[in-house]
Amino acid sequence: MNAWLDTILVLLILTNLHLLGSSRISACIRTVAAQALLLAVVSVLAQPSHVGLRLLLLAAVSTTIKAGVLPWLLRRASREAGVQTEDEPFVGFTTSLLLGLGLLGAALHLAGRLRLPLPGADTPTFLVPVALFTIMVGLLVIVGRRKAVMQALGYLAMENGVYAFGLAFAVEEPMLVEMGVLLDVFVAVFVMGIAIHHISREFDHIDVDRLSVLKD
Amino acid sequence: MIWALLLVPAVAALIALIVRPNWPRRALLVLAAIAHTALVVACWVRLPPPAIGGWIAMDAAALLFLSITSALFLAAAVYAVGYLASEEKKADSLHSPDGPGEEELPFVNFPEAVFAACLLAFLATMTLVAVSRHLGLMWVGVEATTLASAPLIYFHRHSRSLEATWKYLLICSVGIALALLGNFFVAVAAQSAAGPAIHLTIDNLIARADGLNPLWLKAAFLFFLVGYGTKMGLAPLHTWLPDAHSEAPSVVSALLSGALLNCALLTILRAHALLTAAKLAAFSSDLLVIFGLLSMAVAAVFIIGQADFKRMLAYSSVEHMGILSLGIGIGGLATFGAMLHTVNHSLTKAMLFLVAGNILALYRTKSTTRVRGLLRALPMTGVLWLAGFLAIVGSPPFGPFLSELTILKGMLDAGRPVVAVAYLLALAVVFVGMATICLRMAYGPPPDSLSSATSVTARREPLWSIAPAAALGFLVLALGIYVPPQLTHVLKQAVVALGAN
Amino acid sequence: MSTLPSIAHVLLALLLAPLMPGVINRVKAWFAGRRGPPLVQGYRDLSKLLHKGAVYSKTTTWLFVAGPIIGLACILTALLIVPLGSVPSLISFQGDFLLAAYLLALMRFFTILAALDTGSSFEGMGASREAFYSALAEPALLLALAAMATQSGSLSLSPIYAAVNWHAMTSLAGPALLLVAAALLIVFLTENARIPVDDPNTHLELTMIHEVMVLDHSGPDFAMIQYAAMLKLWVLGTLLVGIVIPVRSGWWPVDLAVGIAGLMALAALVGVIESVIARLRLIRVPQFLVAASVLSILALVLVMR
Repeated sequence: MNAWLDTILVLLILTNLHLLGSSRISACIRTVAAQALLLAVVSVLAQPSHVGLRLLLLAAVSTTIKAGVLPWLLRRASREAGVQTEDEPFVGFTTSLLLGLGLLGAALHLAGRLRLPLPGADTPTFLVPVALFTIMVGLLVIVGRRKAVMQALGYLAMENGVYAFGLAFAVEEPMLVEMGVLLDVFVAVFVMGIAIHHISREFDHIDVDRLSVLKD
Repeated sequence: MIWALLLVPAVAALIALIVRPNWPRRALLVLAAIAHTALVVACWVRLPPPAIGGWIAMDAAALLFLSITSALFLAAAVYAVGYLASEEKKADSLHSPDGPGEEELPFVNFPEAVFAACLLAFLATMTLVAVSRHLGLMWVGVEATTLASAPLIYFHRHSRSLEATWKYLLICSVGIALALLGNFFVAVAAQSAAGPAIHLTIDNLIARADGLNPLWLKAAFLFFLVGYGTKMGLAPLHTWLPDAHSEAPSVVSALLSGALLNCALLTILRAHALLTAAKLAAFSSDLLVIFGLLSMAVAAVFIIGQADFKRMLAYSSVEHMGILSLGIGIGGLATFGAMLHTVNHSLTKAMLFLVAGNILALYRTKSTTRVRGLLRALPMTGVLWLAGFLAIVGSPPFGPFLSELTILKGMLDAGRPVVAVAYLLALAVVFVGMATICLRMAYGPPPDSLSSATSVTARREPLWSIAPAAALGFLVLALGIYVPPQLTHVLKQAVVALGAN
Repeated sequence: MSTLPSIAHVLLALLLAPLMPGVINRVKAWFAGRRGPPLVQGYRDLSKLLHKGAVYSKTTTWLFVAGPIIGLACILTALLIVPLGSVPSLISFQGDFLLAAYLLALMRFFTILAALDTGSSFEGMGASREAFYSALAEPALLLALAAMATQSGSLSLSPIYAAVNWHAMTSLAGPALLLVAAALLIVFLTENARIPVDDPNTHLELTMIHEVMVLDHSGPDFAMIQYAAMLKLWVLGTLLVGIVIPVRSGWWPVDLAVGIAGLMALAALVGVIESVIARLRLIRVPQFLVAASVLSILALVLVMR
């Protein structure tokens, strides 16, 4: 069981690195969708004793939204904007890959430092650094990329990381709250998609660095 | 009762989406606002019982913040009705020579139905934040306020408002995602406590605060401060705020500044109360003081020589959020002062933004150098503008003077003279900066462009554009002279509810 | 253990190495719908070249002659160091994987010197690219081997590869070993100048790397270069096959046969890769190689935790 979980966590790390190193926006969208799928598997594997109807239902809903609906939305938005690839991000692809490695090291270090007040040994400790790493990569994508679609993707990746963190500690949020969180993420990306659509219509591009009229 | 508070605006928002003609929808907006205010007033008489197992409940702090929100929304709704009507008239004259453009930018407004619906949904989400007693539910509410208000900022569909909307949406969403991590940290801190799993309701956590893991609780507070602080506009996380406030329609700016920032503040206060209960108040207080002073300093720097009067007001909001954060960080009497200041600041700032909307409608520019002779061009607006300026910089006899003085006294009582000096210095700089701009706008002859025939009709000041701001202004003045004992009681209760005394 | 299996491996390598390009070309031809050259074409090319004389430009010096000889010598030495699966290498000592890596580097160094010695700008360009890409591929190779060394707790290639077995693959180290294999595949393709980094079939394109460096060699010199390239396929191939085919039966003829079959399968895989994907744009190549290093580091992190 644990080797399976480890393999999936390594795959999660690889999706993060792929997100950092890939220039094609469609590939990045697929990567984030894959991340959501992997997380669904993790949610079942991480706490085998907790698997019940509730968890399965939540995993199913969140996977449908994060791996199905949202990527579809973003793909549509980027197609309408006529964007295929990212040409010159603020932080180059090779540089961000190397930065990503640094972040991975930082995440491992941090997770080692945080004394986890955990009663049970059934929490997979490797999940914590991977969750932190995913959050950091999301932030890096948000600040390091030029296209609005990529920033939305970074937000999603970050959200995935936070979700993974919740899995690591089996944070039992009540159903109502989890559904609310999911709904918020869904609407957030939905609104972002609409905004991207408007940006591409208004400016003929979705480069956020050229959104720079407002400043002091 | 609490359900009614949430459901009235939410249902009204749905109806507003469906209603086709404009007038019933506008009537609905005002009616919903009046109903909401009436319900809040009823809460003043008797606190309603909690609902869904204590997840949503009304305490003094929630009542205070909700009252501010409701009062501002009522004023904004009245203003919005007139505003929407005039926007509609402008849209009809889209092809006339001087078109609907504001600052020479052509644009088409967002559909009015969506605007009204989002406005009402915004109220519903802010109400949710105020009354929720569960950390997760509160998170859901705060993120929902972002989503409900983003379309409002984009009401004027042009490139700059789009830019502001995008920044607002992204920066706040990212910040709030970090706050979710803070929620999880609290859950981890609670897990280490012996016994069965603790639900993340605030009462529950406070009751068992001793058993919470301090390290994780501190980390959680950091994430809350960064996450919700982004929304609240604490420097250096405030970057979305001036853009959004300056590009949104003035009525929306008034709500953003007067109500939304308070909601974010309330969430931070809840976290602070939790840390206080866990005897970690020293940690969170220091952070609040530091962020408060930093916000005041940054705002002061940007207010001096500001070229856009709505941005100036936005930075003033950053400054006042800094004052509030500072007051709460100091504790004791200063917390009481901060609570009072929340009321004063919200009322004053909303009034100023509404007045700024009137100025913008006539001059069609936000440039501080091109607005001249306000007192002659728009006498009522001009007087209100000056009054609002005097109030916001803390001159007697207006309310903010009293509350800022209380905070200052709280600092001296707490033996923090250095902080007090920095506080006074920042206030002085802001006073000078705002005085230069506001007085120049008010006096002198109006520019020649306003003497044309069309402008003369535009210079009429209809009741809807004056009455809400005047009412708010009257309240600010009244609070400066006399604080009713009922309010003092609720303020004291709120201070107790937030764990400081 | 006697040295018989090791000697058998070296002899078979010397004998069968020219088969690998043959397999690659047959697979590519099959994909393209052609019949393709016979499998033994490599031997025929070598014998043809050995029967010809060499031509030297007047501008070249002894370096130009030394390049192919030193290159072949280096790769022959490296062949003595690498194990094939559980079949140990002929020479084995602590830290020998470093020597293997640097023998490959030395071979490249002299190839580059010989290319520069011609004074042709065309060959100089190829030399510069070779130096750049190998500088990026080398960390990936060393880090991958370091990860394996950490996993097995040994600093010598033979015990390192002997430790890779079914048990290791299905344990916690499994993901790390797969990452190492992926990194080694990229290194393998780069070092042997295969697609997607370099295209061995183009001779007159401005973007080629390895082939352009050896344009001026002829006759026996070129035969040595060709044979060294075939052996390099073999040597780097053993590093990869040793991981992805963790068959450790205990009876060496079986292991040896499986290993050699694995090498031929690897050649077939290269043929498939060359048929289905295009060469990367030159500016994308460094990113590809950095990705290999990233995989290696990730593997190292995984085994070290």
